[in-house]
Parts: sequence; C-alpha cells; structure tokens
Amino acid sequence: MSEQEKKAQGGEKKEPLMDIKEIEKDTLLDEVTRISFDNWRLIQICATKVGEEKYEILYTFGKGYQWKNLRIHLSKGESVSSITSIYEVAYLYENEIHDLYGIGIDMLNYDFGGKLFRTGVQYPFA
Amino acid sequence: MAVNNNAKKISVVPFGPQHPVLPEPIHLDLVLKDEKVVYALPSIGFVHRGLEKLVEKRDYEQFVLIAERTCGICSFGHGMGYVEAIEKIMNLDIPPRAKFLRTMWAELARMHNHLMWLGLQADAFGFESLFMECWRLREKVLDMLELTTGGRVIFSVNKVGGLRKDVTPEMLEQILKTLDGLEKECRVVTDTFLGDPDVLSRMKGVGVLTPGRAEELGCCGPFLRASGVKRDCRQLGYEAYGELKFEPIVSYDGDCYARCLVRIEELYQSMDLVRQCIAKMPGGDIAVKVTGNPNGEYMVRIEQPRGEALYYVKANGTRYLTRYRNRTPTYANIPGLIETIKGAELADVAMMILTIDPCISCTER
Amino acid sequence: MKISKSPWILHYDGSSCNGCDIEVLASTTPRYDLERFGIINTGDPKHADVFLITGGVNYQNRDVVQQLYSQMPDPKVVVAVGICACDGGVFKDCYNIIGGVDKVIPVDVYVPGCAARPESIIDGVVKALAILDKKRERMAQGLVPDEKVWTNTIVRPGSQEKQED
Repeated sequence: MSEQEKKAQGGEKKEPLMDIKEIEKDTLLDEVTRISFDNWRLIQICATKVGEEKYEILYTFGKGYQWKNLRIHLSKGESVSSITSIYEVAYLYENEIHDLYGIGIDMLNYDFGGKLFRTGVQYPFA
Repeated sequence: MAVNNNAKKISVVPFGPQHPVLPEPIHLDLVLKDEKVVYALPSIGFVHRGLEKLVEKRDYEQFVLIAERTCGICSFGHGMGYVEAIEKIMNLDIPPRAKFLRTMWAELARMHNHLMWLGLQADAFGFESLFMECWRLREKVLDMLELTTGGRVIFSVNKVGGLRKDVTPEMLEQILKTLDGLEKECRVVTDTFLGDPDVLSRMKGVGVLTPGRAEELGCCGPFLRASGVKRDCRQLGYEAYGELKFEPIVSYDGDCYARCLVRIEELYQSMDLVRQCIAKMPGGDIAVKVTGNPNGEYMVRIEQPRGEALYYVKANGTRYLTRYRNRTPTYANIPGLIETIKGAELADVAMMILTIDPCISCTER
Repeated sequence: MKISKSPWILHYDGSSCNGCDIEVLASTTPRYDLERFGIINTGDPKHADVFLITGGVNYQNRDVVQQLYSQMPDPKVVVAVGICACDGGVFKDCYNIIGGVDKVIPVDVYVPGCAARPESIIDGVVKALAILDKKRERMAQGLVPDEKVWTNTIVRPGSQEKQED
C-alpha cells in the first residue's frame, strides 16, 4: 500500500471509535473529581508512548455498562499528579506506569518505589 | 525501651511466591496482629514477561498468538479480545458463523475455568477427592475443546478476520451428547459444594465484601456479582451474545460461599449458552479477507471467566502496533481481595485468595 | 519398566502462561494419574526428588529457582516443561525473560510443547526417573551425582558479552 493510500485510509476515519476527552494535564484532578462525584468507577489507566519522548495517559471510567475516557499528554521528564486521593485503587495502575515508563507520579497513596514490577531493564517502555 | 508483653504483636508474614495452594507465584506481605490480618500488600512481577512490548517485534497478525499466551486458562478470551479490537479498527465484518463459534468456545473455556476453580477451591479447604472429581469432569470439557480446536489449553483458532478452523456437524452433535452427560455428573459435585456441612463451615460468612465497596474498588466478574452487583459484560452483546438469552447471575451475601454459588450457576449457564449457540449455529464462511493495516485505536471489553477484561489497541497504519494493553480481571480484583483479607484469620487467607480466582500470569503479563 | 521408589515432585511456575501449569496439575488427576507411579506433588523442596519447572526464567524469579534447586537433596533431577522452560518460547524476545531454565540451573529432561500435553509431561518425568536412578548409583559409588559439571551462562541485560562455558 502506498503512503498516500494509507493517509487516505486514516483520513476516512473522521469519527473516532472511542469516546475520549482530551484534557490538559493541569486540569486532570478537577476532571477526575467531577467524574467521581458523578459515581463513576475507575476501570483502568494506561500509558502509551506515542513518539520520541512523548507519552499519553488514558483514564477509563465506567458506570454500569457505560464508560468514558480522559486523556492527557505529557513529554519526558514531566510528572503527573496521582488520582489516588480520589480513586484509592488507582495505585496499582499508577505504580505500573511509573515502573514501565518512568513517568513520575506525585502524591501516590501507596508508592512501591519502582518495585511493583521488578524488571531486568529499567523503564522498558520508555 | 521497655518491652510490653501485653501489647499485641505485629508481624509481617510473607505469603508466597512458591507455596502449595496455588500453582502460580502470587506474593503478598501480610501484616498480622496475632493471627488476624491487619493489612496486606501485594507484590507482583514474578511472572512479568513484558509481552505487551512484543508488539514492536511481531506484526498485528502474528500477535494474536502472543496475546493468547498471556494466560493458559483464559487463553481463548485473550485471543478473542485482541482480534475484536483489531477488527473494529479495520472495520471488518465477521461472518455470523465465526461469531457463534467464538461464543461457543468462549463458553466452553468458561466451563473449564470454573470447573478448575471449583477443584482448586476444594483443594484449598483440604477436600482432596472433590478436587480430583472436579478435574476429572474438567477433562470432559477439554475433550470438547480438543475435538473442535485441536488444543487442550492453547487453541490458536482466532485470527484477524475470523477463525482458522471450522467445525463439522458431527462435532457439534458430539458436544451436545457430552454436555448432557456432563451436566448430570456436575450436579453431584456442585451439590456437595452447596450442601456439605464441612464445606459450608469453611465458606459461609468468610471474607465478606459489601456491594458498595466492591463497586468502589472496581471489582469485576463473579467476585463482583457475588456481592450483589448485577454486571456482566456479556450483556453488551459482543460476538453472538446479543442473540442469546441469558441473565447475569447474582448472589447477595458477598462471602466465599456466594462466590462459589455464582461460579456454579455460571457453569450451568455456560452449558445452556453452548446449547443455544449450537441450536442457532448459522452456516457460511468462517473468515473474511484482510487487507491493509490497522490505523486507529479501540478498546474492547469482554467478560472473561474471571471478570471484565479490557483490550486496548493503538495502531499507526503499519504492520506493527503502537500499543497493546490488556487490563485483566485479576488486576482489578486485587484491591478487593486486600479488602476482604483485612481482619481475616491467617488460615483462611489462602482460600480467600482463591475465591477471586486469581490469575497471576494475566495480571503481570 | 522399573519405577524407582516413590519420587516426589516439586512444581514451580517460572514465568509460564499457566498453560503448562494446569497441564502439570492435570497429569496428577484421575484421567492421567501420575500418582499411580507413586509420584506425589509436594510443596516442600526438601521432600522433592524431581523439580518440574514451567515457563522461562526472568530477573525476579531467577533467585527463587536457584534457591529451590539448592534446597532439594541429592540426587535430584530437573524437568523443563513446555517450550518456554526449554528455551524461552514465544517470549524469548521479551525484555524481562532471561531464557530457558538451563540458563540458571542444570536441566536433565526437556519436554517441549505449547502447552506440553500431560502425556508428554508423564513421559518426561518417567525419563527423568531413569536419570535419577543413575545419579543415585553414582552417589553410591562415592561420585558426584552429575557426570558433567554445569556452568552458568547468563547474559545480563545491557551487556553484549556472553560468558564462556
């Protein structure tokens, strides 16, 4: 497939498959607090490396069978505030992100200090 | 400092990684006050392989096999969840026969998982003969899976765009015949679980989790439903589930017995779903042709035997994906497990760990 | 066939996907019944003669595997069950996998397969028993149990050099 065709295929997908709200890193806690007041539960947090030294973190929340996503973008060296003060169970996901990506998480309730996943290589996904 | 002998002693007991109850290396640090657990800290990573990173070395079609090998028990579901995400991104319309076959295999996999769990549970409270009986019955489920897919625990029948293998009407006939015999035999075993006073004394009222806490802690699967929350992702109607009739099974006590009850009921529900699948099995192709590469992102939710599993795929238009992420049910259930362990007797801990049906290789990937 | 005494098995899951683990367990249950040979699955390394390992070795469980092995009394045999335990299998390229079990302890019998079937696991264990007998004879003669001296060839992450055998 040629480069052009690829682009055309990507261009067709104007309508995204997932409902994702892109937000600023600084407004994360406000958004999450609002969601938690609305009785949503945390489903998962997932980090992705999207380019050289560029990362994004996807937060998924659920209510019954519904779900919605928040996404923040950050670059290497930046840290993100923990949402464990709002969702206590987030600590597993956030420690995982720290251990695999080397992204700093501030104000964790249970900080495993990089020892949740003890990998042979430090920050393998970074 | 003067030693105060009246004070209750606090001690930390490491639980695992190698221990007789579970074949898998789970590790918990239990903080004990005398014999009561005050707190538990999970430590994972003994089985961590880093398979999510392999998307960079295997293309999206090959990766089905890796995704499936996340876990040897939920293997079918992992393969199915992954290909579903890719199919959604590539906008592929899967033939109905493939959908029904996937559903049938997913239910057979649920049966073998639940029978396995019942066996391990019996082993955890020291009922060896019940363990053996459950695993004897499980072999019959594996026979059906082997007959149709060729594999006992790893099936590798899913591929992007459909299935690798079709089944013959004789095979389906054979499955129906086996199911009838199996159901009768299962009744004997499950009646023991639900009625034997020895079994009841170990499970009733042990490790209670309230519905409110279960929701807050993000629990899923039979663990959640045993706490009275009616949520089963099969209701979303993925694959052929939309065309089958079933209701999520709930129990309201939230203790070990309730979890056992939910799984037992699900075992019979799965038998029923397999029968429904076979009755409605459409003909036709089992796969569509796949061209091009995926571009986009999607997250799939499916109900694994152990609970809700998520498969997040981010593709970039090349053969190699940017990210594959798998949030497995056990990962979500760990906080719930810690909640139930708190205040429990040390001797009951092994059994409580089992009641969430932990799958460590899923959790650590 | 002569079956040696009543050998006990210690089973440890390295970084297996569970597939081989449940097959190891399945081989002790009524359909396959490994226990008819007098073989019992034990949880205590000090009781065990045969060490069954499933899955490859990673940086976290390397010490656990070596420790379990050193706790077993001589003579002892090691059976690597499944392709991951033999050489890493599909996970060979993962960053956290060192490779097969033979990277950290000597292996006597390799049982390939993904997942290894109970029949082949039983076959592997029975083969291991013959080796166990041989080791016992050597010990009776006052020799060390192993004929060959085993050397460790771990490649540490980041280092390109491989130690010589």
